[in-house]
Amino acid sequence: MSNKDAYWNKTKNHMIVTLVLWAFFSLVIFMFGSELNTMSFLGYPLAYYMTAQGSLLAFVIILFWTANKQEKIDEEHGFSEREDD
Amino acid sequence: MFKGDFIQNLPKIYGTYTGGFIVFIILMALAEQAGVSAKNIGVMFVAFTVLIYALIGYLSRTIQVDAYYVAGRQVPTVFNGMATAADWMSGASFVALAGGVYFGGYTYMAFLVGWTGGYVLVATLMAPYLRKFGCYTVPDFIGTRYGGNAVRAAAVFVLFIASFTYVTAQINATGTIASRALGIPFEAGVWVGLISILICSMLGGMRAVTWTQVAQYIVLIIAYLIPVFWISSNVGGGIFPHLMLGDEVARLGELEQQFGLVKNSAADMKAAGVPGGLKYISGTHSGVPEGGMAVWKYLSLAICMMVGTASLPHILMRYFTTPTVRAARKSVAWSLFFIFLLYSSAPMLATLSKLALMDPNLPTGIIGKSISEVQSIEWVQRWSEVKQVFIADFNGDGILQLNEWFMRGDVVVLATPEVAGLPFVISGLVFAGGMAAAMSTADGLVLAISNALSHDIYYKIINPKAETAKRLLVARVLLVIIGAAGAYIASFRLTSILGSVAWAFDFAMSGLFFPLVLGVWWKRATREGAIAGIIAGIVSGTLYLTWVFPKFSVPVWGGVNDPFLGIDHLRFGLIGAPICLVVMVVVSLMTKEPSPATQKLVDDTRIPTGKAILGKQH
Repeated sequence: MSNKDAYWNKTKNHMIVTLVLWAFFSLVIFMFGSELNTMSFLGYPLAYYMTAQGSLLAFVIILFWTANKQEKIDEEHGFSEREDD
Repeated sequence: MFKGDFIQNLPKIYGTYTGGFIVFIILMALAEQAGVSAKNIGVMFVAFTVLIYALIGYLSRTIQVDAYYVAGRQVPTVFNGMATAADWMSGASFVALAGGVYFGGYTYMAFLVGWTGGYVLVATLMAPYLRKFGCYTVPDFIGTRYGGNAVRAAAVFVLFIASFTYVTAQINATGTIASRALGIPFEAGVWVGLISILICSMLGGMRAVTWTQVAQYIVLIIAYLIPVFWISSNVGGGIFPHLMLGDEVARLGELEQQFGLVKNSAADMKAAGVPGGLKYISGTHSGVPEGGMAVWKYLSLAICMMVGTASLPHILMRYFTTPTVRAARKSVAWSLFFIFLLYSSAPMLATLSKLALMDPNLPTGIIGKSISEVQSIEWVQRWSEVKQVFIADFNGDGILQLNEWFMRGDVVVLATPEVAGLPFVISGLVFAGGMAAAMSTADGLVLAISNALSHDIYYKIINPKAETAKRLLVARVLLVIIGAAGAYIASFRLTSILGSVAWAFDFAMSGLFFPLVLGVWWKRATREGAIAGIIAGIVSGTLYLTWVFPKFSVPVWGGVNDPFLGIDHLRFGLIGAPICLVVMVVVSLMTKEPSPATQKLVDDTRIPTGKAILGKQH
């Protein structure tokens, strides 16, 4: 397997992991909205908190994490861009 | 100022700008103390900020194609994040989002998840690859990846429908705010708004829009956050509302029980003469509606908004402006961070505003008081005059019930500062913020449309030999025409016919999402597949919209139809996009595999290093 193919396989797997996390915070938890709302977080009902703030924050964190991880994959395979590019 | 080390100086330049704006706010506060009228303060806020944007637009003028279309690809990560956030957050986000949460509660907040979660799709599936590709517009990618004018034209067609639906709503919002702040008629406000938008974009294209959008983001975020924090400490919500409103949310639940959530009949509301567009609270704030259909309604709306976000050309094109692929990825994360600052505040503002009106223990509370007393409150009188709030005493007891208080959603953002007893300077600031939000989105949209027409239709299809000067002239003429067409339609207030902003997301996802994703992630996708997919997606989505939306279905289909599986007019992308996918895959597999050259092109798109597929000045 060439370096390019190996790189693309890793990138693909990373994409899938990211999208699983995304689906969890955007879709899966809201399938159980009424159950979650019986729990509380910071005094807010949990499902309300997630849709008002929690999931939004999770997306921000996922995006920074995924960009950093992808940069590591770039470096490993020698596809990292120079800063001044 | 814009030469040499301008990019290195950006933090300093915008730091000074932010400081200057804060000084301006303080000056206005002093002017208010000195007796300058509320109206004049509003005028000064809007005029001052718009002049600054116009100045930035003028200083960013350019005669280079690369600067006009992609800001020279030198916009640093964080600044591109701010510009994208301003591009993204429309007048509707700014004035109507909190109102939507106020009336819709948990159910409405599917929009919040949808309009933020979509950025994960943008970052993983699209932005870095489109950046590597080196295209000027979204149809430029589709036209080059699949090859040929037909597929390029089809992509431009979808872009046009989606962006134009959106832009009329934005120009409408610009007009509304300009007319209220400047005290001029709505029609005049629309044209004032249009001229401001064009000054910011015409001379410098993407470069000018980028630097004005950064300036507009700074204004809009200050204008949104200051009132939220201030109101929160005024009504006893605590100094950091985002973490401290748990008790208030619980209190709203109690008050809802105490007052009772009553649904008014349409006949009662008609008889009482409730003006159109005004709403009342009939659902719970934090409660989750029971049942599978309610869950599906929430999820389906979130899916449409997320997938639509990842297909909207005016957002995707912002990531063409970063220096590197790596910067494009990081920039998406920064964009969402800046969006998060406003979006996470909207539910807090809605909570505070609702509590201020509903809680009888607060001096601002009006529900449960006598109607004559409420009608004598100054802000109630002012907003009643312009038919933004309304009281209907259905049971005739002279006491204001929860279901007897009607209000337009925008009032939550525009009037809550007044209700909570903040000085007028804050209302002036909110006007300036709303104007910034509406203008920045309109700029991005008008530019996305005119760039696609000038680059993809004029240069790539009609006249490939055109010189730089001529290309840029055509681009600017088209910009003015598109803007004027949008303003012309907006001035007739036809937006109620053109429908919701959500439609733009559904149109974009129906015709563009899968052609973009598969263009990168599936080498086997062919030109014929893409053309068939785009057409099948947009046509089926649009047909379904006409079928399900009563205003269209009566003339077209001769009656009102029930939504299929709960897919109503806000969610028609759920019909268009899957059809697009299936048709695209089937037709691709039936046609000949793409040429080795095309496959090589896809391979090159997938790695960050190496030359861009489309060179400079293509």
